[in-house]
Amino acid sequence: MEKFVFNISLFSYLGASLGYFVYLVYRKPVVSTVATATVGAGLLAHTVWLGLRSMETGHGPYTTTFEIGMFFSWLIVVVYFLTEWKYKIKDLGAFVLPLAFLAVLFSALLSKDVAFVRESQPFWLTLHRTLSVIGYAAFTIAFAGAIMYLIQENQVKSKKLGIMYFRMPSLEVLDKLNDKVITIGFPLFTLGFMTGPLWKATMDMPVLAWDITKTWPLVIVWLIYGVIFFGRMFSGIRGKKAAQGAIVGFVMVVLTYFLHV
Amino acid sequence: MADPNLVLVGVNHKMTPVEIRERLAFSPGEIEASLERLVSHPEVIENIILSTCNRVEIYARVRDTSKGVALLKEFICDYHNIASGDLDNYFYSFQGEHAVEHLFRVSSSLDSMVLGEAQILGQVKDAYSLARSLRSTGMVLNQLFEKAFNVAKKVREETGIAERGVSISSAAVELARKIFEDLENRSVMLVGTGEMAELAAKNLISYGVKTVYVCSRTYERAESLAKTLNGCALDFDMFKEEMHKADIVITSTASPKFIIKKDMVEHAIHQRKNKPIFFIDIAVPRDIEPEVNDLENVYLYDIDDLQSVVSANVKEREKEAETAMELIQKEVTKFNNWVVSLDAVPTIVEIRNRAESIRKNELEKALSKMEPLSDEDKKTLSIMTQSVINKIFHKPTINLKKQTQSQEGHVYLKAIRHLFHLDD
Repeated sequence: MEKFVFNISLFSYLGASLGYFVYLVYRKPVVSTVATATVGAGLLAHTVWLGLRSMETGHGPYTTTFEIGMFFSWLIVVVYFLTEWKYKIKDLGAFVLPLAFLAVLFSALLSKDVAFVRESQPFWLTLHRTLSVIGYAAFTIAFAGAIMYLIQENQVKSKKLGIMYFRMPSLEVLDKLNDKVITIGFPLFTLGFMTGPLWKATMDMPVLAWDITKTWPLVIVWLIYGVIFFGRMFSGIRGKKAAQGAIVGFVMVVLTYFLHV
Repeated sequence: MADPNLVLVGVNHKMTPVEIRERLAFSPGEIEASLERLVSHPEVIENIILSTCNRVEIYARVRDTSKGVALLKEFICDYHNIASGDLDNYFYSFQGEHAVEHLFRVSSSLDSMVLGEAQILGQVKDAYSLARSLRSTGMVLNQLFEKAFNVAKKVREETGIAERGVSISSAAVELARKIFEDLENRSVMLVGTGEMAELAAKNLISYGVKTVYVCSRTYERAESLAKTLNGCALDFDMFKEEMHKADIVITSTASPKFIIKKDMVEHAIHQRKNKPIFFIDIAVPRDIEPEVNDLENVYLYDIDDLQSVVSANVKEREKEAETAMELIQKEVTKFNNWVVSLDAVPTIVEIRNRAESIRKNELEKALSKMEPLSDEDKKTLSIMTQSVINKIFHKPTINLKKQTQSQEGHVYLKAIRHLFHLDD
């Protein structure tokens, strides 16, 4: 059963990715409706999977890298769904769903063993991981939006108005998306980032004994999104710079992830 | 009604010069009179006249197609006092499904001078409702035109035929909306009061732009244009200081040198905290230094840039027109099927055959159970059963034939075929 729902969500995301891409190019409304429905089905299966897994392990899906990968991809799709509903940017799906698909696919390659946990998960660890993963999901959406922004910006600037110019949303909308997602994602990520040491403190582990290779990229990730977050507030960082920042930030996020695996 | 004998006679901008089109055009009053005159002609069953500046067309259902075509040509010429032989080369005429296809193309704006323009559909609708109100249309033209409106809507929705602006000012508005999305509450500054700039400003205002600043070397000019645009006039030299307040700047001065330079814009963008500015330079020679486009969050289009956007859009519409044609072909086939379905005769024949075979079977069964009958008696029984069937089907046959001439004819036929299970 677990495997079955896992496969449903995996293939739904693949199908939806293709669907959104077709919609981006051919603009058939029915295709986007089907794609959205497919994402819905995939998300439902994904949710069921998380439930089953949690029942099996006795705790939430954030102990092994496999579980965290699945939780992360689930959040990407949830955040995507909310964004599509709020901003009506259907084309975003063509950029986000492939990422969700890849995240699930990559998780599938990881060890599916259940981690041995002595007692119930400590509160601070749960909070640390949940907030961080929500932050990462938000950054993923920001990344997809940033790619769209740069494509659109390049077309308007170079005066070569291709098919994407007509299909994709305005620069204003894409910049707003970047703003909203990072405005929500960055504080959550920061909280997640800070609750890490707190968890260690409650476990009587040395708070500052960081594993340097694992931690420095995180600090850079935090700095990059911090610059976008505060820069937008105080010094007019927006548009292309914010989009480039979101892309560099996401590359760092991926790098961090692989350093942790 | 096996063949509705649809014909169409007309002239359009592609084949006929304007000097001739204007002589053949009908004013609304003339259309009324002509519709009535035509429909009272024994050859004509239904007719609709479409007269716009680019075309004059008469759609009609006639008793005989070749006679009908000749009659309509003659009518148009006679009405305008022109010898009919003179114009033979200019007229086109279509019959049956070709006429249907032509109407679908016209209403979907595939036959227009500017592909995809929206006006023609309204004109076709007006022509139809005028004819309908004068009762010069009937079942076939009603269905044909309603279908044509449907097809036009479908073409508009499912192809990109009307998606891209094909005039300088619409392309500029489109760009503004790709930069700012919503133009509501945006501000625009006009530097110079050229006619094109005014047109573009009006177009932007129609999309919700609220604040308009107008600068001109002659203040009175700025003031009078500001009045018509409901904006405020500025001294010419003010535009440098006020530029940062504008989201869109349209220049159209006669200045021989660039009046907006890169450093000026850099300063304005800084004051705006990097909020984008869209510059539209309509002036020739240009008013804005081209390097301005290199600045981040600044987009500069001059008249040539806009012109090339427009020609790319025109090409794109031509491509979309091909997709639209495929869609239209399908709809023409559907319409033809509807026309065929109007024919009551095959249905009546099928019902009769069905009844006849039942009668024969039952009669044989009955005869085999009876005492040997004389041939005379057998004949009487056969005649009796036949006349039962004839009597039962007499009224329905007459009514069905009558109803298929009416607006809802195809509904009747469908119901009958369903009730008698003729299609399985």
